[in-house]
Amino acid sequence: MSEGELSRAEVDHVARLARLALDDAEAERYRVQMASILAQFAVLNELNLAQIPPSAGVHPLSTVMESDEPRPSLPTAAVLANAPAVEDAQFKVPPVFEE
Amino acid sequence: MSGALADLPLHRAADLLRRREVSSVDLTRAALTRIDERDGEIHAYLQVTVDQALDAARAADDRLAAGDAPPLCGIPYALKDNISTIGIPTTCGSRILEGYVPPYDATVTGKLKAAGAVLLGKLNLDEFAMGSSTEFSAYGPTRNPRDTTRVPGGSSGGPGAATAAGMGQFTLGSDTGGSVRLPASFCGVVGMKPTYGRVSRYGLVAYGSSLDQIGPLTRSVRDAALVLTTIAGHDARDSTSLDWPVPDYNATLGAGISGARVGVPREYFASGLEPGVERAVRAAIDRLRDLGASVEEVDMPHTRYALAAYYVIAPAEASANLARYDGVKYGLSVRDDGDLLAMFSRTRAQGFGAEVKRRIMVGTYALSSGYYDAYYVKAQQVRTLVKGDFDRAFERFDVLAAPTCPTVAFKIGEKVDDPIGMYLTDVLTVTVNCAGVPAIVVPCGESDGLPVGLQLIGPAGGEARLLEVAHAYEESSL
Repeated sequence: MSEGELSRAEVDHVARLARLALDDAEAERYRVQMASILAQFAVLNELNLAQIPPSAGVHPLSTVMESDEPRPSLPTAAVLANAPAVEDAQFKVPPVFEE
Repeated sequence: MSGALADLPLHRAADLLRRREVSSVDLTRAALTRIDERDGEIHAYLQVTVDQALDAARAADDRLAAGDAPPLCGIPYALKDNISTIGIPTTCGSRILEGYVPPYDATVTGKLKAAGAVLLGKLNLDEFAMGSSTEFSAYGPTRNPRDTTRVPGGSSGGPGAATAAGMGQFTLGSDTGGSVRLPASFCGVVGMKPTYGRVSRYGLVAYGSSLDQIGPLTRSVRDAALVLTTIAGHDARDSTSLDWPVPDYNATLGAGISGARVGVPREYFASGLEPGVERAVRAAIDRLRDLGASVEEVDMPHTRYALAAYYVIAPAEASANLARYDGVKYGLSVRDDGDLLAMFSRTRAQGFGAEVKRRIMVGTYALSSGYYDAYYVKAQQVRTLVKGDFDRAFERFDVLAAPTCPTVAFKIGEKVDDPIGMYLTDVLTVTVNCAGVPAIVVPCGESDGLPVGLQLIGPAGGEARLLEVAHAYEESSL
């Protein structure tokens, strides 16, 4: 774990992964702030965790199964009511590929 | 009269309703009048649904007149604005969800509707429940009714302030790292985080899914018991919902706490605790002893690692949960001449505020290739150790007693540009979420004229005992 050093390239990479179009000033601010936040996490290295299993949750829940039977869903119109753009009862988005 | 009605605890208001001494319309108008008088300054509400509230109040009065109405019938309340309400906008305090109207109710919303409770509106919060002061709402901060130059705590600052100021007989908040308990402590009301899975998360907009839990903020412990009894229970629509029986939490109150074993975790009184807060909490623990409880100190050695673990795990889960806000299905959508990826990235850049972006960045980093083991897995291992501390403590104790926060409510603006200082506010509450156990905050006096909250923590499923101890303390301090 790095001790609070973070490069601009790393910040840009993370912003790309997170789908956040940060401007220059924002990226620089997050570079500094993330470095100081990550430095706080160094405390976790004080512990010997070799034999400790990770916990994703708190209860020993087994996989919850549901019977595979069709049920009514929300009406299409209700689902699309909040959509920024709709075409033929589908969400409309900008093109992914050039024509 | 109207002012007095607005400030009544829920259980007293329910008694008056049942005796037909007041109507639900009276209670609802009293709360709406108080909102008119005070919320211009406090800004607990993002939205007040006046007409729907009065319609619901009239329907509740009909039910009450017919007899056989459930305990919360006719009681005015409000919801944190990350709890879905069909037909009523749900913003999560974010620009990215401005104008979003849920096509379904959260399970808790549906249960309260079925119980005849009267929804007054939706309450302010830190954007997507990420914050400890409610200053990170895109719609402006909420002020603490006890001192309007100070924050109400967060992220359920709207619920805390509304409950304290008589703007609803109770409210629901959500608690991922202390977001119900901290506002309860700062505003001087009761706030409860149930066992993880006790209350359905269906329709609660997700932040940290393994930590999130909905809980009540009320003006008495009995009120919290009444609300919890109504909203708790298994829900097939939440796969993490607990299939455990739900007792009538109100029925068991008043048995006394003679013989209760109370543990006092040393680590919660570490340096950084304000002397006035420590004094108030120690005095409250002495009171528990006077009431017949046995009190002993206990070591919870991994407490000091919980904050770092939490601030890896919660942002990691948030970065995944908030991936859904991409401008496709609802909310803000920034579509210039760019392609799909540009729409995602610009929508999110414009729609999210600074703290949400900060947590998405930290969470994405912690989950990214090369850092996953060093941060995320390590944090989950520490979570195992934190949970182990609680498991061991509850072999010896029925409840643990501690402060809720090292400080009283701080000034608006004091920590808004200091992310780490803000995160430290949660140092005594995140442990409970990491372990999934229930906790309740009950007012225990003041420090410098500002409220202090006693935090009582119980084992998983131990809400009934927790409420009994909190109730006994509350009764003795009246």
